[in-house]
Amino acid sequence: MLPANPLHSLLSGDYPRSRVLAATLFIILVCLAFAPFLFPGSQPINVAAKICVFVILVASYDLLLGYTGIVSFAHTMFYGIGGYGVAIAMYNFSPTWSAMGIGVVAALILSMALALVIGLFSLRVRAIFFAMITLAVASAFAILASQLNEITGGEDGRSYRIPEMLRPGFRLFDEPVLGVMINGRILTYYLIFFSALILFLLALRVVNSPFGRVLQAIRENDFRAEALGYRVLVYRSIANCLSAGMATLAGVLMAIWLRYTGPDTTLSFAIMIDILLMVVIGGMGTLYGAVLGATIFILAQNYLQVLMGELSDALAAAGIPLLPALFHADRWLLWLGILFVLSVYFFPVGIVGKLRQLRS
Amino acid sequence: MTVATATAADNATLPKVKIDWLPAMLVPILALAALPLVGSFSTWVTLTVAALAMGMMIFLMASGLTLVFGLMDVLNFGHGVFISFGAYVSLIALGPLAGWVASDNIGLNILVLLACIAVAMLVTGGLGWAFERIVIRPVYGQHLKQILITMGGMIVAEQMIHVIWGASPIPLRLPEGLRGAIVIGDAAMERYRVIAVVLGLLVFGAMHVMLNRTKIGLLIRAGVENAEMVEALGYRIRRLFVGVFIAGSALAGLGGVLWAFYRQTLTAGMGMEVNVLIFIVIIIGGLGSVGGCFVGALLVALVANYTGFLVPKLALGSSIMLMVLILLWRPQGLYPVAKR
Repeated sequence: MLPANPLHSLLSGDYPRSRVLAATLFIILVCLAFAPFLFPGSQPINVAAKICVFVILVASYDLLLGYTGIVSFAHTMFYGIGGYGVAIAMYNFSPTWSAMGIGVVAALILSMALALVIGLFSLRVRAIFFAMITLAVASAFAILASQLNEITGGEDGRSYRIPEMLRPGFRLFDEPVLGVMINGRILTYYLIFFSALILFLLALRVVNSPFGRVLQAIRENDFRAEALGYRVLVYRSIANCLSAGMATLAGVLMAIWLRYTGPDTTLSFAIMIDILLMVVIGGMGTLYGAVLGATIFILAQNYLQVLMGELSDALAAAGIPLLPALFHADRWLLWLGILFVLSVYFFPVGIVGKLRQLRS
Repeated sequence: MTVATATAADNATLPKVKIDWLPAMLVPILALAALPLVGSFSTWVTLTVAALAMGMMIFLMASGLTLVFGLMDVLNFGHGVFISFGAYVSLIALGPLAGWVASDNIGLNILVLLACIAVAMLVTGGLGWAFERIVIRPVYGQHLKQILITMGGMIVAEQMIHVIWGASPIPLRLPEGLRGAIVIGDAAMERYRVIAVVLGLLVFGAMHVMLNRTKIGLLIRAGVENAEMVEALGYRIRRLFVGVFIAGSALAGLGGVLWAFYRQTLTAGMGMEVNVLIFIVIIIGGLGSVGGCFVGALLVALVANYTGFLVPKLALGSSIMLMVLILLWRPQGLYPVAKR
């Protein structure tokens, strides 16, 4: 019997396989784990929480796109269902843990059932068909959420209170720890961080299981996988449901963090595009890509804009035409879009894939 | 069901292709069925004309996409870009022609509209050529990459619109003479919608003649059915495809201009917003079929307008419901294209 290696079982045998990558991941992990102590202030911890949530969201999308080879545009829908599950439960009942639990379970059931129906309806045909159907369903859902005023709060969304322990006013200790007061906000952050960590390790477990191998076989050649006796439709549907469930949980975490759920923060198509960018830039078909993609993208979203704004001002001051407009702070998506197109062409394996190639 | 069951010729002439009328008949059937539900005849006329106008615009925007897909198995998720660009480019024509826009001479007004359309079609056609060249050509036959890359192209192009024309929505003024409504009896029909219907019918007619009565049209239809065979007969399907892509982009630009005047505001995301509707339409019509696309567009628009009037809450989900119903009836769409 092999000696039990805790790291091996934690990562399900899927090591980063590149020193640079391992180091980067380690730095990200440490930064996220000690974010409240390393970077005081509300903006950095906000960014850190967002990164945690998006790592899960992107990893769950990668399960579909990178591992199973199907393109879905309904991922924000499941994310939104999670958010609205918490929002509706908290708003209509009481801000207690049990209400939250009910909301989460209801959201999970709803999104997995929806994923199953959409999958059975359209996955049997072709990848492209699934992409179009999910796009249509997701946009209909977004509209529905903003129409059903009484339930979802419409365009304004819902603000709600969360359990006592997670509110900023709550103090765990009377004295500050390491110079930081442990309040409800930081507890919420750690709730999100550890949930994200556990979910990520679970996702690693899934993709490295025999089930995950079948998914990859389907991605490479679905016809051959079918010929080998794997029922492609069943596997694809299960992957779709799993990924939907994970996205729902990501939505739940985001809803707890923001204490607000609205169409713009959960269901908008812009978020779907963000997810796509993160997956592709980070690297499809490897969950570590989700970590890198989400981290880089969200850092860029929060800090690149400032840099670009300064650059734009400098260029404008120098009197150069057109360039200031190209580098305007709101145009950061343009550059990420170009990066996205280039990465689909020239390194479809993403940053993680490149780092791994460097090694070999 | 369709072509295969064509009956044998009675005489020396070629056997006539049996036309599948049933899906096409859905349009009048639906319109008539809605009449008692709506109640008042004049309201019904207004709604129907509005729906037809909307359907024509959707058809114009969707026709290129369905042909491109049918011919080369390329699904362009960035198709909405051409719509947005077409709409924005019409500003170029509107600038120098501002006098004509303000004049109440309807001839000049229509000329303005045509000028906008001409400029938009030229520019989006060129853009389509570049898009095919740069974005799509390297990823033939790889669906996953196509979806991703056209999505990426869309993001970049949308941002470029922001760079060129600014990020805030631009109001668009409908030429003076095209405003208002024509009133016949109790029924009011907006003038612009009538014009949109006429333009849409003209383009559909032209496309129909092109596809069914010319050699190029024959080749395109043959290419949709079986591209390899057309190549084996010595025609360069690639060139044909580039041509269709350019034409499809130009049509999207035309649709974009009409759509923009209809909404009377320009936003960079407008193309992407209709894109969803366009996908529904081409799925309903059967991927690759122009006639199906036409019927599908009209059906979607009619259903959307009627439900919008009868049960406003359901209006926005109505197209999805329609799609589900149609796919339950004909899983490959109204007019399935062979071998798809």
